[in-house]
Amino acid sequence: MTLDLIIFLVLATIAILAALAMLLSSNAIYSVLFLILNFAVVSVFYLMLNAPFIAMVQVTVYAGAIMVLFLFVIMLLGADKLRQPQTDIPWQQPLAILLGLVLLGVAAFAIVSRGSITIPSPLSDQMISAFGSPFELGKLLFTTYLFPFEVTSFLLLVAMIGAIVLTKEEKTKLLPRRAPKN
Amino acid sequence: MVPTSYYILLSAILFTIGVVGVLVRRNAIIVFMSVELMLNSANLAFVAFARAFQTGNAVNAAAMSGQVFVFFVLTVAAAEVAVGLALIVAIFKNKHSIDVDQVHQLKG
Repeated sequence: MTLDLIIFLVLATIAILAALAMLLSSNAIYSVLFLILNFAVVSVFYLMLNAPFIAMVQVTVYAGAIMVLFLFVIMLLGADKLRQPQTDIPWQQPLAILLGLVLLGVAAFAIVSRGSITIPSPLSDQMISAFGSPFELGKLLFTTYLFPFEVTSFLLLVAMIGAIVLTKEEKTKLLPRRAPKN
Repeated sequence: MVPTSYYILLSAILFTIGVVGVLVRRNAIIVFMSVELMLNSANLAFVAFARAFQTGNAVNAAAMSGQVFVFFVLTVAAAEVAVGLALIVAIFKNKHSIDVDQVHQLKG
């Protein structure tokens, strides 16, 4: 039981419990906070996997921007008060949980039956600072993956325009106020 | 070193929790957060494999591609959240409810 493995197991337990708590919580704001905890733990996993830039981007973008957006919308809509679930189909929820467990069983079987998928070899000394650094990531982003990079910038533009268009108020309310010309 | 299969198993567990969340919950925002959980678990699998394929003394471009892809998934998730939440706000303005069971006008 190396220290790495103990840290991994403790953090994995926290991540899974946080995800379950997000699912089962009745208050939407608690769900958001549990998901932020889950993202922070996954960010620590990224640090353990020699991906420091991705870890910081995860904290900044996912936990810092996307979850705050969720909180804004929850407080805007007053969605933290939930009613008791009264589904039209009473067997839907137990069946969903059962099928989820079947999916997990199949995935776990596929993973475990392959034997141990590569235990990564320890990085050499010169690799420890180079692998996962912003320099290496940027080198790939601006050479091999330049076209997808530009396409994602266009995608963000489209998303911004879409978000504004979807919530824009219609201007038809202003028309009745005009005085009729005689 | 923690074996890569442990990370992939954790990714599968988180993904399943996300799937069950989408199916079981009726609050549209919780459903959306479960989708984000699924994307996040896929990211974890990408980064785990990227680390596993880094062997040798030169940075393997194929291994770094795993992290580049995580970057793109993160960007797409951010764009999707912006548009999705705008949609939820627009639906709420109309129906004053974010219960997904209430959005059934297209039912045959």
